[in-house]
Amino acid sequence: MDFGGFGQFMSVQVPEFVADGVRWAAMTNSTIRDLDKAVPRVDGADKVTGKALYVDDLKVDGALYGRTVRSHVPHAKLKRISLDPDFDWSDVVVVTADDITGKNVVLLIEEDQPALVPEGGIIRHVDEPVALVAASDPRRAQAAMEHVRLEVEELPAVFTIEESVAKKVLLRGDDNVYKRFEILRGDDVEQALASADYVIEGTYRTGAQEQMYIEPQGMIAEWTDAGAVRLVGSLQCPYYVHKAMRELLQLDEDKVIVTQAVTGGGFGGKEEYPSMLAAHVALLAKKAKRPVRMVYDRVEDVRATTKRHPAPTRHRIGVNKDGTIVAVDVDVLIDGGAYLTLSPVVLSRGVLHSVGPYNVPHVRVVGRAMATNLPPHGAFRGFGAPQTTFAYERQIEKAAQRVGMSSLEFRRKNMLREGDVTCTGQTLKYSVGSAQVLDAVEQQIGQAPPKGSAAPPQFASVKRGKGLAFYYHGAGFTGSGEDRLKGRASVAVNAGGKFEVRSTSTDIGQGTFTIFAQLASAALDVDIKDVEMIQPSTEKAPDSGPTVASRTTMVVGSVVQKAGAQLKQRLLAFAEESGVQSGDVAELAKRYAEKHGELEETVTYHSPPGVKWDDATYRGDAYPCYGWAACYVEVAVDDDTHEVTVERCIHAVDVGHAIHPVLVKGQIEGGTLQALGWALWESVVYRNGRVANPTMTDCIIPTSIEAPEMETLVVEVPYPHGPHGAKGVGEIPMDGPAAAVANAVADALGQPFDEVPLLPEVICRQVSATAAE
Amino acid sequence: MKIRMQVNGAARELETEPMRRLLDVLREDCGLTGTKEGCGEGECGACTVLIDGKPVNSCLVPVGQVHEAELLTVEGLSDGELLTDVQRALVEHGGAQCGICTPGIAVTAESLIRREKNLDHARIRELLAGNLCRCTGYQRVVEAVAEAAAKRGGAGDE
Amino acid sequence: MSEFLSPRTLAEALKLRSAHPDFTVLSGGTDLMVRATERDYPVGTIDVFSLKEMRGVCESDAALSIGASTPYADLLRSDVVLTMLPNLHAAIREIGAVQIQERGTIGGNIGTSSPVGDTLPCLLALDAEVELRSQNNTRRVAYSDFCTGYRKTQLGADELITAIHIPRPAKGTRLFWRKIGTRRAQAISKVMGAASFRIEEGVVSHARIALGAVADRPRRVEAAEQRIQGEKPSERLATEVAAIVRSDVKPIDDVRSTASYRLDVAVNIVRRFVLELV
Repeated sequence: MDFGGFGQFMSVQVPEFVADGVRWAAMTNSTIRDLDKAVPRVDGADKVTGKALYVDDLKVDGALYGRTVRSHVPHAKLKRISLDPDFDWSDVVVVTADDITGKNVVLLIEEDQPALVPEGGIIRHVDEPVALVAASDPRRAQAAMEHVRLEVEELPAVFTIEESVAKKVLLRGDDNVYKRFEILRGDDVEQALASADYVIEGTYRTGAQEQMYIEPQGMIAEWTDAGAVRLVGSLQCPYYVHKAMRELLQLDEDKVIVTQAVTGGGFGGKEEYPSMLAAHVALLAKKAKRPVRMVYDRVEDVRATTKRHPAPTRHRIGVNKDGTIVAVDVDVLIDGGAYLTLSPVVLSRGVLHSVGPYNVPHVRVVGRAMATNLPPHGAFRGFGAPQTTFAYERQIEKAAQRVGMSSLEFRRKNMLREGDVTCTGQTLKYSVGSAQVLDAVEQQIGQAPPKGSAAPPQFASVKRGKGLAFYYHGAGFTGSGEDRLKGRASVAVNAGGKFEVRSTSTDIGQGTFTIFAQLASAALDVDIKDVEMIQPSTEKAPDSGPTVASRTTMVVGSVVQKAGAQLKQRLLAFAEESGVQSGDVAELAKRYAEKHGELEETVTYHSPPGVKWDDATYRGDAYPCYGWAACYVEVAVDDDTHEVTVERCIHAVDVGHAIHPVLVKGQIEGGTLQALGWALWESVVYRNGRVANPTMTDCIIPTSIEAPEMETLVVEVPYPHGPHGAKGVGEIPMDGPAAAVANAVADALGQPFDEVPLLPEVICRQVSATAAE
Repeated sequence: MKIRMQVNGAARELETEPMRRLLDVLREDCGLTGTKEGCGEGECGACTVLIDGKPVNSCLVPVGQVHEAELLTVEGLSDGELLTDVQRALVEHGGAQCGICTPGIAVTAESLIRREKNLDHARIRELLAGNLCRCTGYQRVVEAVAEAAAKRGGAGDE
Repeated sequence: MSEFLSPRTLAEALKLRSAHPDFTVLSGGTDLMVRATERDYPVGTIDVFSLKEMRGVCESDAALSIGASTPYADLLRSDVVLTMLPNLHAAIREIGAVQIQERGTIGGNIGTSSPVGDTLPCLLALDAEVELRSQNNTRRVAYSDFCTGYRKTQLGADELITAIHIPRPAKGTRLFWRKIGTRRAQAISKVMGAASFRIEEGVVSHARIALGAVADRPRRVEAAEQRIQGEKPSERLATEVAAIVRSDVKPIDDVRSTASYRLDVAVNIVRRFVLELV
């Protein structure tokens, strides 16, 4: 396939850009080989100059524009699909489920979600794909889409978790439960709670959240003469798409080739949905016998793709007068939406984090993922943990107040330290930065805040409040997940004598390519400019596992590091065998390639020694290690409008080790603002199961004005099995700020606020109700 | 309609539907794909270009309105391999992550520091509010623009 | 291909407008072009954005006149707008962000007359007049009469909005503005309030209170204006005026906000405006 020169996928070169006539690398004093330094990100120059090619930028000769015909009802039997006889279909390709020769499923965990609802099948949510059209002009494709008629027989629908739990309609099995988990620790939790001096109970509601990556989803497909399908798109997990396409199209491994284009943000939103898009373009391209491109516009993207699971969490905590936590009982519910997709794993993470980073002797957690007729909810940074973190950090704050301790003091008294045991019975052996992050925040509070955060508007009369939250986040896949995944990556000398990192860990902005280039060059002991990154493709790299779960640097990075070290040994051995007199590894690589061609070292990940997990009992080492964080915010709440201004935001995160301090800060700050957005502004409005605010105008995310000046504190308590001590950082910044904000608003207004987003409407309603009492 | 315009210093002439969006003409007819589309409704600013030196959302401008105008897109900012100080600062400070909003930010920031002195953080935040970024939380972007502004003679915050 | 007419003079523009009453009048495009790819191209377009005769700010003893095609950015850079009409200046500063301010025009805002148009409450509070021209006629209409319903105006099929005239606020006038949007920039308004109070010898001698996003069009709250007229500002007066607003305003629920929130906030900001006089 010729993607305008993109088919031979580019290697990402370390920029050798020149600025003001000065070599920048020299200027910033990074001898590149240096870890721990802010080397220019390898894709930086391409991105600031507009040269980086995203899927919509790829020119594909002869490609048709595809569009998706979607359901307008939330739950119905699809009786018939018909084409408007008055429309000219001569130049339009139409695909329905009848055109699927393989298996009509988008394979993920289960096989319940079809690529297209077949005639006679059941529509389970609004905007569910039913048919596909393609034409050589996008306006023509849109017109065709509008002339496909669906005949349906509507069924009663379920739009809320409460309705699902009440079995208003049975959507799945006999209880609407996709998945249930339970964690038990210590004695009977009811007895333990009864023995506590105080029991605090609350239900905490968190809403759906749109990932709102700035680049909408898109994918291009073309079939080769050899019967293989090539897919290029905006995606996080090439091998997820690969696996799903093999099942859908019933193709051999080498007949599906999935390549990532430069991707404009993911945050989980491009973890599972790209398989659906891939299915659609692949089916269209097959029938059309031409390449097909499909790039969603914003409205379609917001309506059809996944969001963060809405979740009410009921939480009870028992504490004694001296401030000791006695017991915790949690009931976690998440709204999975119309198909199972990733909900069981999201639920698992939510449940495992629901007790928080505290010593709690008696625990019961029950979690259920429920079926509804909303579009499926899915992966979003934090993956279930932000929902339950919101609940327990509101509870902890209430408990602290109840026993009359300060926010910091109560947390310090109960927090997990090295050697302590978590709710799943995991003894924390290393890399526990709990005390350090709280100390760092406390110290920063005493410093003068930076200037530049927004002030409340003129004439505003405000009440101010302060809020703290403290949390942890398991890095990598849960339990035995990494051992099942067996993530692999290679470092190679290519035929041209250059080093290449070959992995399918994608760079979606977080800086994977830069980190891997740093790790490989350090392991090889060569200049970073001698290391090239291949654009992730199933054709060119082994399955490194998905780019999710804060695992990329910690897990795949360690594999890259090992592969680099092994490759260096191979080259040194080659030097000895062949009598080459050079210690310069880059030089050896050239010599090797001249003589023998390529040389590749592939390493497979293994969990660190001693990590044990039991999937049946949900006990053991839930994660190899945890990131630790504390967030402190100051807010001003407008008396007249109930708008909240975040005036100060301090966030300390223990990342193990910052391989690239600037990228790490970028991860923390970006996650922080997404969390503040979720806490205060971001609301997905559903009407009859359909997103009613599907634009960037209405489904808002914060601008630079809402964003406060970030006081970011990088704490490093090394993880012995991570590359240079690094552990996961991607998700943890998302977990806690919402609770910190709610704690601060509660502090400002002197009453509890137990839901997010805390839209001014929500605060207004509650303040009015309280005043009326 | 026949449109004549200067794009990044070069004269261009094309025959097209005048109500087509400037964004589409730049991307499809001129091959300048550095200008991105994020929303199609003037919210995200990823499609920002300069028309006669002024930052605008090219998704909201029909090409008929730029007849005889001078346009600058992200491709026209840097001179060959020479990055501008704004672009360089964006890379150095981590102001570009996924990069999809970055061309718009680079273009907007360029126009701001050309026109206004004394860009402190609060002012930069106000002036960049039309460029949504979902990755950075804006801190690295604001710091990058403040540094570039300071270098050009305005006084940055830090 | 659609027709695209770019008149060079106002006379030419009026002639084209009269000849093509079915053509769309285009100014900065910030409303007309939103999600343009979803619609067919218009039959024809008359572009008035660059008309020099419809641009700029002109100050006289009696009034400030603003050309309808003047982009917001030009008004923000105008010292006379800032000093004479600080509430309008503040309102414009909160419209969209720089990209929208470079293209959006006050004439466009008036022509669309959306209930959430961001300059419109100020225009009501300032007793602004809209200048409408056709080939044979020029007339001035108070903005309060110009907008006749949801996105409906008095604009004739042969007319163009050419200017807006705002009387110079009398000595002792206090001007107010508050926008409550979904966020601080790039935001659709949930509630807007604008007010103009003239204080003479400690008594309010002239009052205008206008709200946006609480009805099918921007509106004044005349009953509240009358209540305050002739009174000495006090906390009690603020409370009474607020009560009038509460009984007089009937906002609606939509995806951006709720009726009860809009009402509470409208009440609160009007109360705050009056309190500021105390």
